[in-house]
Amino acid sequence: MIPSGYLREDRLPHLLCAGCGHGIALQALLRAAEKVNLPREGTVFVGGIGCSSRLVNYLNFDSLHTTHGRALAFATGIKLARPELRVVVITGDGDLAAIGGNHLIHAARRNIGVTVLCLNNENYGMTSGQYSPTTPRGMLATTAPYGNLDRPFDLCRLAEAAGATYVARGGVHAVFQLANFFARALTHDGFALVDVLSPCPTYFGRRNRLGDGKAMLHWQQEHTVSLAAAGKKTPEELAGRMVLGEFVRREEPEYAAACRELSRREGAS
Amino acid sequence: MRLLQGNEACAEGALYAGCRFFAGYPITPSSEIAEHLARRMPQVGGTFVQMEDEIASLAACIGASLTGVKAMTATSGPGFSLKQEHIGFAAMAEVPCVVVDAQRAGPSTGMPTSPAQGDVQQARWGTHGDHPVVVYSPWSVQETFELTVRAFNVAETLRVPVILLLDEVVAHMREGVELPAPGRMPVLERSRPTGDPAAYRSYACAPGEDVPPMADFGAGFRMAVTGLTHDESGFPSGRPAVADALVRRLAGKVERRVGELAAVDGRYLEDAQIVLISFGCTARAGLRAVRLARERGLPVGLLRLIGLWPFPDRAVAELAGRVRGMLVAEMNLGQVRREVERAARGACPVAGHHRVDGELMNPEELLAALEVLA
Ligand SMILES: Cc1ncc(C[n+]2csc(CCOP(=O)(O)OP(=O)(O)O)c2C)c(N)n1
Repeated sequence: MIPSGYLREDRLPHLLCAGCGHGIALQALLRAAEKVNLPREGTVFVGGIGCSSRLVNYLNFDSLHTTHGRALAFATGIKLARPELRVVVITGDGDLAAIGGNHLIHAARRNIGVTVLCLNNENYGMTSGQYSPTTPRGMLATTAPYGNLDRPFDLCRLAEAAGATYVARGGVHAVFQLANFFARALTHDGFALVDVLSPCPTYFGRRNRLGDGKAMLHWQQEHTVSLAAAGKKTPEELAGRMVLGEFVRREEPEYAAACRELSRREGAS
Repeated sequence: MRLLQGNEACAEGALYAGCRFFAGYPITPSSEIAEHLARRMPQVGGTFVQMEDEIASLAACIGASLTGVKAMTATSGPGFSLKQEHIGFAAMAEVPCVVVDAQRAGPSTGMPTSPAQGDVQQARWGTHGDHPVVVYSPWSVQETFELTVRAFNVAETLRVPVILLLDEVVAHMREGVELPAPGRMPVLERSRPTGDPAAYRSYACAPGEDVPPMADFGAGFRMAVTGLTHDESGFPSGRPAVADALVRRLAGKVERRVGELAAVDGRYLEDAQIVLISFGCTARAGLRAVRLARERGLPVGLLRLIGLWPFPDRAVAELAGRVRGMLVAEMNLGQVRREVERAARGACPVAGHHRVDGELMNPEELLAALEVLA
């Protein structure tokens, strides 16, 4: 059952392709929103540019659809100006890690209270399948016709190193676990990132002969491993697999609250 | 009377206008604005943040403004180039904000500590697509304060980005400033929706109006904002008629108000036969040159441009019809002269005096150039 009321049903049908994982991620988000009782009037959804970022238009909240890569910078302004608002960024691997990479590391470094859901389809979907910073080596893309030479980012390790205080990876093939990560990320008081493995059958799947959306979900399941299981495996066994789980979950002072505190102190004196 | 630097006056003007959010990235010759506001913002309950770059700074300002907080960023030369993407976003999504550009000699990194006026056309056309902007350029520290307040008033009431083009001289010089008591200068607010939140459409104007009321994020109106072409609901639309109506309304907001937006300051113009046209720091030398010319009996006047965009076509055209010639003095290779020529429509000859060496113009060189025309 999809929880009602959080979706702008008048905006449907959505623009996603058949088999795209982003719709499943949206469903997980709706479940999580209901679970944590996400306040309808006190939450702002912010997107960058990409298929993933467009999801903000389907959510029945204040929504801000911004420029490519910069969603986190807009979100930072919202959170600093009104720390009582919950700010959620929906973004893609290209949006967040390529053009927006600098904003990602600095938002994580500040530990600003923004939740980032990165729908990672390992390519640029909206612009029809170019390679992205998370495309694995050797995979094909319209701009990698001989196989991708770039080394991919591990977004979770990147966010952790930059100072994020909640970091998790889930996949749309495991939607209940994903919804749980979303719920924790939505209620975390600090910078939270969930890296969401989400297949793009139209471009990445077709070009790399990974089959349709359903086949790609199976492929994704076979090429992922839980954090607990990963601990017992050798590096050889882990090669080519992404680890799913919660990597970071800790409390540290949130940045917007620190700014507010400064005003309280200096304004009073 | 207080002795203030131009940049400090800009910062204080912003606070007077109700600005409570500043995001910036350090760059000469604008950094003092950020430094001043880093100290002052917490004292007045506002927020200062140093972002990771200029793109992020304006993005943060737009985010803050969408929550109902007046916001400003400040930069210079290379940073102004980085602002362009989000100047376009603010114009398209109609988010009030003020962008200060303390001009320095370019192109590129150029001469960081030398004055220039080379960003006039970039301020107008730096971001892609047809879009509205309003640009002011003060010539003194006092006027910097006043125009900063005015910039906020225009940004808030028209829902447009307003650009304040300072130059290194105005930004860094110190002058006595009379700070108006609260309430002395008008401080205007954006219009907010008052009706039923459920019936609110983010970009619907009242009948006969061209600026839609703006809700604050978090106020219960479920505002939808996008940089994509959108209809009155605020959601993306690819319909040609929607695109046409939107782009024309956005441009029209400013064009229709050119009379109130395009401010000029005329001196000795009643009987002038030759008009010197200038703005910003260059107009200071210009006024002196005009006075020297008058002492020598030359019928010279000064038209100082306070608002650069929308361009004061009417004022220029009116003068062009009754004088023998015009001289445009500016620290670039002819960015305002091109507009003066356009507005004069050949009614009188238009000459230019241009410097791009990072050196201030002095009254004597302008006097010599005026004497050639007279
Ligand atoms: C400044 C800028 N550069 C490039 C683009 C073109 N563009 C639109 S979406 C996109 C990539 C989106 O990829 P990703 O963030 O991975 O999202 P997806 O569509 O795959 O969900 C690009 C390059 C743009 N809109 N703006």
